[in-house]
Amino acid sequence: MVERRPGLNVLAHLILILGVAIVAFPLWMTFVASTQTAEQIVQNRPMSLLPGDNLVETYRVALFGGQSNYGSAIAPVLPMLKVSLISALVIAVGKIAISLLSAFAFVYFRFPGRSLCFWMVFVTLMLPVEVRIGPTYEVVSNLGMLNTYAGLTVPLIASATATFLFRQFFLTVPDELVEASRIDGAGPIRFFRDVLVPLSATSIAALFVIQFIYGWNQYLWPLLVTTDESRYPIVMGIKRMISGGDAATEWNVVMATAMLAMIPPALVVLGMQKWFVKGLVDAEK
Amino acid sequence: MAIEKRVRFQSRWLPYALIAPQMAIVLVFFFWPAGQALWQSVLSQDAFGTSTEFVGLENFERLFSDATYLASFYTTAVFSVLVAVIGLVLALLLAVMADRVMQGSSLYRTLLIWPYAVAPAIAGVLWLFMFAPSIGIVSHALNALGFDWNHLLDGRDAMALIVMAAVWKQISYNFLFFLAGLQSIPKSLIEAAAIDGARPWRRFWTIVFPLLSPTTFFLLVINVVYVFIDTFAIVDAATQGGPGKDTAILVYKIYYDGFKAMDLGGSAAQSVVLMVILVALTAIQFRYVERKVQY
Repeated sequence: MVERRPGLNVLAHLILILGVAIVAFPLWMTFVASTQTAEQIVQNRPMSLLPGDNLVETYRVALFGGQSNYGSAIAPVLPMLKVSLISALVIAVGKIAISLLSAFAFVYFRFPGRSLCFWMVFVTLMLPVEVRIGPTYEVVSNLGMLNTYAGLTVPLIASATATFLFRQFFLTVPDELVEASRIDGAGPIRFFRDVLVPLSATSIAALFVIQFIYGWNQYLWPLLVTTDESRYPIVMGIKRMISGGDAATEWNVVMATAMLAMIPPALVVLGMQKWFVKGLVDAEK
Repeated sequence: MAIEKRVRFQSRWLPYALIAPQMAIVLVFFFWPAGQALWQSVLSQDAFGTSTEFVGLENFERLFSDATYLASFYTTAVFSVLVAVIGLVLALLLAVMADRVMQGSSLYRTLLIWPYAVAPAIAGVLWLFMFAPSIGIVSHALNALGFDWNHLLDGRDAMALIVMAAVWKQISYNFLFFLAGLQSIPKSLIEAAAIDGARPWRRFWTIVFPLLSPTTFFLLVINVVYVFIDTFAIVDAATQGGPGKDTAILVYKIYYDGFKAMDLGGSAAQSVVLMVILVALTAIQFRYVERKVQY
């Protein structure tokens, strides 16, 4: 602190507390709604701001499915959580693995076509799947990958961001380490596995958080490539629950599903906060 | 690639084996579809998909004389300006405050970063729930205050809804970058200005804000790209582009025309236009980053 200005400090805390409260308000309302019954939400005007007593029942219906008051079936969320978890893990691990390998090739080898390959990876930064959904869908469909985990994940696994981050990091690794391992008789693969990958642990952790969230939060792509309910990820499944209009929607179950969809990525971010913050700021600068 | 390693490994085949997985995915899922989009954008299919003919730039001409497409451009522009400006101002305010307070700064950070983990689609559902005309808590409060909120009927209400959801979702990201930027400003500069008698308000505008401009510019580009790409899920969950087409942003229209209206040529032409915009934005960003390196 540069100078003592107690008034300003109080103001700063006030603004921050207000900011935190506004940011947290949607989360609180989601939680409150997930503890009430559907009737309580629809009939009370305005709905209660305090938790109700229906928490266990709502989450049971959300996780395992059940009947709504209007007789329609509520799809269970548990299988969707499984799909989301598998896809997010495959995307995160896949991106990290292929990016480590290609960054290793770009930094530690000289080979014809290296610049071309590097630029080809670079250009993908500008072509996110959202802007070319039609043709990409056709490719995936021609390859018979609709409604499969491969279709949900493989097209999203190429990663310019991760490749650049690992390349930046490898460039800072001292050359003496290569020379030392050469003298010890280690070849490139041995060097990669026993020296480079262990040194990259921090970058790997940071990227894991970023890419896990990227994978978990995918929406448009699963919307296109899955028509089979057993392959719906949770983020996409929740949208299908609210298509019936305000009155016909079981808002308590929808909000319980929203909580379930937020908890895993939030745990990953908060649990790995230190690496994540550093990795995010490094990766994009 | 300006920087090179002095020490390298020698192998004829190994580097190719190492980049093979990345290149295979890039070729099959990026360049092939992007090429297809380019190719389809100059073709026209009849309604039954039985015949396809080459029509040159006709799809693009049709696109830019189509009032709904131009309206979608306008909607996207309004949306991105609102999200970028509101999001950056709020995040900067919070970051400056968090940088100032000594106690609890990391607690505030923890409490502010979690929306980063929330999927845009979920953000859309959360805000939709609070603002739903018949059951929402905020829409109820607004009605009690005399505002007639109904985003299902009023296009401006719908725009306000997706702007709020999009800003909320992006605020942690902006906050983290501003905080990192603020913490990298040398304390001696601030202290020198304070000794010269500059008050906090003046120090902010003459020292902190100018030194923060690379971060601000970077975030501006990132936020615009975010609005162009990631907000599809917010729009689809909260308003479905409605009422009418009042919140149908460009990506939403690509999806709608290609997968609901089955106009593949038109959708592909829209994809090409959006790719050109993104390439331009990325190029601007990298030019700027290069210049920044010389500081």
